[in-house]
Amino acid sequence: MTTLNIALVGNPNCGKTALFNLLTGSRQKVANYAGATVERKEGWFTTPAGRGVRLLDLPGAYSLNATSPDEAVTRDVCAGTYRGEAAPDLLVCVADATNLRLHLRFVLEMRALGRPVVLALNMIDAATRNGMEIDLPRLQAETGMPVIPTVGIKRDGARALLAQLDGTPPPVPTPLPPGTDLHAMVRQILADCVTHTTPLSDRVEERLDRWVLHPVWGPVILVVLLFLMFQAVFAWAQPLMDAIDAGMGLLGQQVGRLLPAGALRSLIVDGVIAGAGSVVTFLPQILILFAWILVLEESGYLPRAAFLLDRLMSFAGLSGRSFIPLLSSFACAVPGIMATRTIQNPRDRLITILIAPLMTCSARLPVYTLLIGAFVPHRTVLGFMNLQGLVLFGLYAAGIVSAVLVALVLRWRNADRREATLLMELPAYRLPNPRDIALGLWERARIFLVRVGTTIVSLTVLLWGLSSFPPPPAGATGPAIDWSLAGRIGHLMLPLFAPLGFNWQICVALIPGLAAREVAVGALATVYSLGSGTDTDQAAAQLGQMLPTHWSLATALSLLAWYVYAPQCVATLAVIRRETTSWRVVAVTAGYLFGLAYLAAFLTYHIVRAL
Amino acid sequence: MRLSDLPRGADAIIDSVNDTASNDPVARRLRELGFVPGEPVRIIATAPLGGDPMAVRIGFTRFALRRTEADRVTVHMAENPA
Repeated sequence: MTTLNIALVGNPNCGKTALFNLLTGSRQKVANYAGATVERKEGWFTTPAGRGVRLLDLPGAYSLNATSPDEAVTRDVCAGTYRGEAAPDLLVCVADATNLRLHLRFVLEMRALGRPVVLALNMIDAATRNGMEIDLPRLQAETGMPVIPTVGIKRDGARALLAQLDGTPPPVPTPLPPGTDLHAMVRQILADCVTHTTPLSDRVEERLDRWVLHPVWGPVILVVLLFLMFQAVFAWAQPLMDAIDAGMGLLGQQVGRLLPAGALRSLIVDGVIAGAGSVVTFLPQILILFAWILVLEESGYLPRAAFLLDRLMSFAGLSGRSFIPLLSSFACAVPGIMATRTIQNPRDRLITILIAPLMTCSARLPVYTLLIGAFVPHRTVLGFMNLQGLVLFGLYAAGIVSAVLVALVLRWRNADRREATLLMELPAYRLPNPRDIALGLWERARIFLVRVGTTIVSLTVLLWGLSSFPPPPAGATGPAIDWSLAGRIGHLMLPLFAPLGFNWQICVALIPGLAAREVAVGALATVYSLGSGTDTDQAAAQLGQMLPTHWSLATALSLLAWYVYAPQCVATLAVIRRETTSWRVVAVTAGYLFGLAYLAAFLTYHIVRAL
Repeated sequence: MRLSDLPRGADAIIDSVNDTASNDPVARRLRELGFVPGEPVRIIATAPLGGDPMAVRIGFTRFALRRTEADRVTVHMAENPA
């Protein structure tokens, strides 16, 4: 049998992605559509009868009358006119059974496409719980397509859909007469097929929204959630991080004992294990941060946060829509910048892209954690707050305040006064589904570990090479690294960075940080472990205890201030280039970030020294 | 009366959605989202700091819209609230 090409379509928030995850499990591939900056999700599965299916999860759309690049992709793929995409054999149109008034209109639009369509009536369990009775045979007759109840969040929730795929293929629905009033038709269908036994105002959304969207309690809840998120990232991850750290130290010692002394042992222990190990340690923090963001997103809270913050964002010339990309940028600026695709206003989108790197990404956490752990005392303030957590919160806040100022400057320079739009759905609240969260986290963990395994290990090995060769001449005094290429590069950069209080070791660590910020920590571990001579095995593990003896407090705080702006991230600059197709925007971003980083570090260093 | 004139908790029926320019994309999208004559709406929340944006329930769906967007929708107060 040939492979069946199926496209999943539907409104945003119809539970399409949960259904996609249920059908395909982890057999998914995420990429971009050819020639567009729209995420393309594809997966594979086999039906019970053994038929292979290629499933495409199209971007959510409210209408085939597209108003965003995402909706245009959905329109063109459904019509079979998207270059490079096979026309789907079957459209599975997903509609949330509890939100048919909105979703059915789009379902009816599908009838004009001339392709077989199946209506997946998703979250049918929630509809029953909400006191709705839906007459399925009648709905099938009136929509003119097979109607299949599904539950995207239940293990066997797609059984009926799979049975449909194994049965006779559905016919092409007859197109509606031109000029049909789709809203009137939806109203008629609902009147005929749906009976309500519970009044609307008793729904969970109504009761929760009274608090969550409240003008006073809403912002209080938001601030508490964000504050908990940052405390969690710093406090809860610690035991896991200590365990990984100890494990890496042990591994270094064991491997060090097995290998003969010499260049190879130095490469493996000082280069690979010390470098990669110090970065892997941060996996728990990154996963906790992503877990928070995923849970907030899946539960339906994020758009409500955008609602509460819209006014505040509008002071910076942005809309609440920019909130979601900016919040994602706390995990990583790359997905954050990609998420700006949902902002329809081009000016808002550009400003959001430009300030996204100011949101403290998880790759900066290793640097922050290392320096805060080494220089800020572990103390309780005001009875319940941890001083280290507070400093971390302050660094995040510095990034946010700077972003507001930069956005204001950009808006002031840009004469475009077109109307800024918000118009955004506040979806139903949902208990986040563990499987969808787990799949999301697995994807992040995989990307992070692949980065550690490839980019970060090769960079630390390269840096090890630069730091080890050429060896010092016979009879030379002082640490070997002073004679190496890295030492020389560091000394060359020193005049530029000395006003910031940086020493040449920091200068060396800044270079590989260009490719990935978190490498700076591994690089410091490598530089100091090679420089310290005897106790190379433990140098990486002891970096935190060692730094205070090498750096002044002013230097450490200056480096922290530098990293609030940290212009050096090639991946971010590459995604900005891809999303804006403009080298000018890339140059502006890199330039202003470098300027701010230099200024902030300079001021911090000199103010702290003066105190 | 315009949708943006309604206070929090008010119920109303939509009379029309008006384009502010020819082929106004915001008005078109509002109609596609179900802002059509005869539909009941309720203001479920107004944001902090001046009540802009507002959250509106229409049918089973809730939308956040700015007052400039809500200005396009004319309504009359509902006689028997939903």
